[in-house]
Amino acid sequence: MNIHEYQAKEIFNAFGIPVPRSRVALTADQVERAAKEMGGHCVIKAQIYAGGRGKAGGVKVVHHPEQANDVAKELFGKKLVTNQTGPQGLKVRRILVEEAVEIAREFYLSITLDRQSSRYCLIASAEGGMEIEEVARKSPEKIHVLTIDPFTGLRPYQARKIALALGLSGVVCEDCVELLLNLYKCCLEKDCFLVEINPLVVTKAGWLLAMDGKMTFDDNAVYRHREYPDMMDYSQLDPLEITAGKYDLAYIKLDGNIGCMVNGAGLAMATLDVLKEFGGEPANFLDVGGGATREKVAEAFKIILEDCDVAAVFVNIFGGIMRCDVIAQGIIEAAGEVKCLLPIVVRMDGSHVEEGKKLLLESGLNVQIGTTLGDGAKKIVAMLAQGGN
Amino acid sequence: MSILIDKSSKIVVQGITGRSGLFHTQQCRAYGTNIVAGVTPGKGGIHIDGIPVFNTVEEAVRYTKANVSMIFVPPPGAADAILESCAAGLDLAVCITEGIPVRDMVLARAVQADSRTRLVGPNCPGVITPGQCKLGIMPGYIHKPGTIGVVSRSGTLTYEAVKQLSDMGLGQSTCVGIGGDPIIGMKFIDVLELFNSDPQTEAVFMIGEIGGGAEEEAAVWIKEHMKKPVAAFIAGVTAPPGKRMGHAGAIITGGKGKAEDKIRTLQECGVTVATSPTRMGEAMQEALKAAGKTVKKAPARKVKK
Repeated sequence: MNIHEYQAKEIFNAFGIPVPRSRVALTADQVERAAKEMGGHCVIKAQIYAGGRGKAGGVKVVHHPEQANDVAKELFGKKLVTNQTGPQGLKVRRILVEEAVEIAREFYLSITLDRQSSRYCLIASAEGGMEIEEVARKSPEKIHVLTIDPFTGLRPYQARKIALALGLSGVVCEDCVELLLNLYKCCLEKDCFLVEINPLVVTKAGWLLAMDGKMTFDDNAVYRHREYPDMMDYSQLDPLEITAGKYDLAYIKLDGNIGCMVNGAGLAMATLDVLKEFGGEPANFLDVGGGATREKVAEAFKIILEDCDVAAVFVNIFGGIMRCDVIAQGIIEAAGEVKCLLPIVVRMDGSHVEEGKKLLLESGLNVQIGTTLGDGAKKIVAMLAQGGN
Repeated sequence: MSILIDKSSKIVVQGITGRSGLFHTQQCRAYGTNIVAGVTPGKGGIHIDGIPVFNTVEEAVRYTKANVSMIFVPPPGAADAILESCAAGLDLAVCITEGIPVRDMVLARAVQADSRTRLVGPNCPGVITPGQCKLGIMPGYIHKPGTIGVVSRSGTLTYEAVKQLSDMGLGQSTCVGIGGDPIIGMKFIDVLELFNSDPQTEAVFMIGEIGGGAEEEAAVWIKEHMKKPVAAFIAGVTAPPGKRMGHAGAIITGGKGKAEDKIRTLQECGVTVATSPTRMGEAMQEALKAAGKTVKKAPARKVKK
């Protein structure tokens, strides 16, 4: 689960990590007032669930409150497409107005989970900024990575080593040590997958400030934090994604016209690969999870049909222990309820396959059975070609 | 022979009285798995389906000599269940539970790594040695005893692969679903090592996915150490670039994780990569032929449905 920059900064503040003075605004008028309060010269930052905003025009420095108003009018409602949003982009609904700061030096800083070592690691670099990934690829020696022992936690001497490696000295170095320790504490207590400050700056006056904040919570730990669901900005999600989430389904929107229902992420990706191989273009995919139930299948089917781009549906379920006749009933129930006339191909495997197939073929739906993964993909592409032309 | 489990394995099920715990215990038993005990704190002393239930794993081990655990404990208590398996000195813990917070897993994994207990999972379909012992939620009937070792990060895609292998007459020595979570116990290389020294296993099929660098690490290991032919499939060749947050993920993997990078690395390391998920079985056959191995038909076995 992601949160906005302004929310991350509120949390930073609570953990003693210094952030610039700022206000969140929902209208251009509020932006103007906030800019006036900052003295006119300030930074207007679009709040979306992704980075790369600067290059996409989502972060602008303004010099007068009126100019702030103009920039805000342009940004509100605009879809920002950055290298982190995917091609659909994300709509701007909130803007952060922040004091302009005189920057002396900039750093990259984050704590994230490292799969390889199965531990959290601290990443810091004195170079990077917006090009940090480029730096990591071309000159990895400029990136300092510290793997954190879960038993000792991050120790002050380790944090100091990082701060010194960044080229800090004196009191600023000690401020940085404290900031790093607080960031690790924040990461653990808030059950984060990622906390990122890019850039962390030293101002000309000699203060450390987190100029940006990105925070991703571990979805599996949301149950430990009652406040998290209320922090979600649903405008940043596809409405169907939200509905799917309610039923514990994973929904991904794509740009073709075949709706896909699959159980399991790996099989879902393989299904997309096969569809493309046979010339089909998936409109979305809905992962009903390894243990699909009748209710889940029915809900998933309805969500897929709500997507207007869907002209055909491909169901690929490897039921395993789940009975295929029960899955078939779920499909028939949902298709009947929404009066679905679209071509459907169902490829099922698992127990009671024959009963399931029989139920589907006798249901009166426009349905064909795929005997294998390849056969199913071929059939749905053929049905679509017939119907469409 | 096989790896990790066989018919002599004695299983204790942690979380046996839960709905899915009990259901899958029954399924595994029907397959022939020797389930000797269950554990549910507070329910020690009862019998469920004739299986004695204990309050702790330690007790279960003391009375039943269980040496392997299968964990169905819900997420808030699952990391603790893993730690309990390790403390009881089991040979292997297979954690099926999906949704364990990573912060809990970081600690549990660090303790487990220093213990004598191997961990498979969490968030995995489990381990099966066909015809001998099924430990997990996979459908037993698609498997056939044989000589192919299967290791996978995916759940249901593994079933697809196994079915293709079985349909071609390529039975399996052991199939291991290592799980898709960021923090897992055994990784590709740990399982490959075991297959490499298992006399029954003649070749290995590996199933990977986009994201992370585990497949690349495995590829390099295969090139340097693997004595047996390996075929693989990587899911997600056509997956669109997803939404992401921040740069840390990209920095830590050095830009790795794309399907084409994984496929290229695997091929460079001598692995036969299936070009489509419909040709996983064929890729295995190709790898066997290239290594000069004759494809032995798996012994005919009645398929139970």
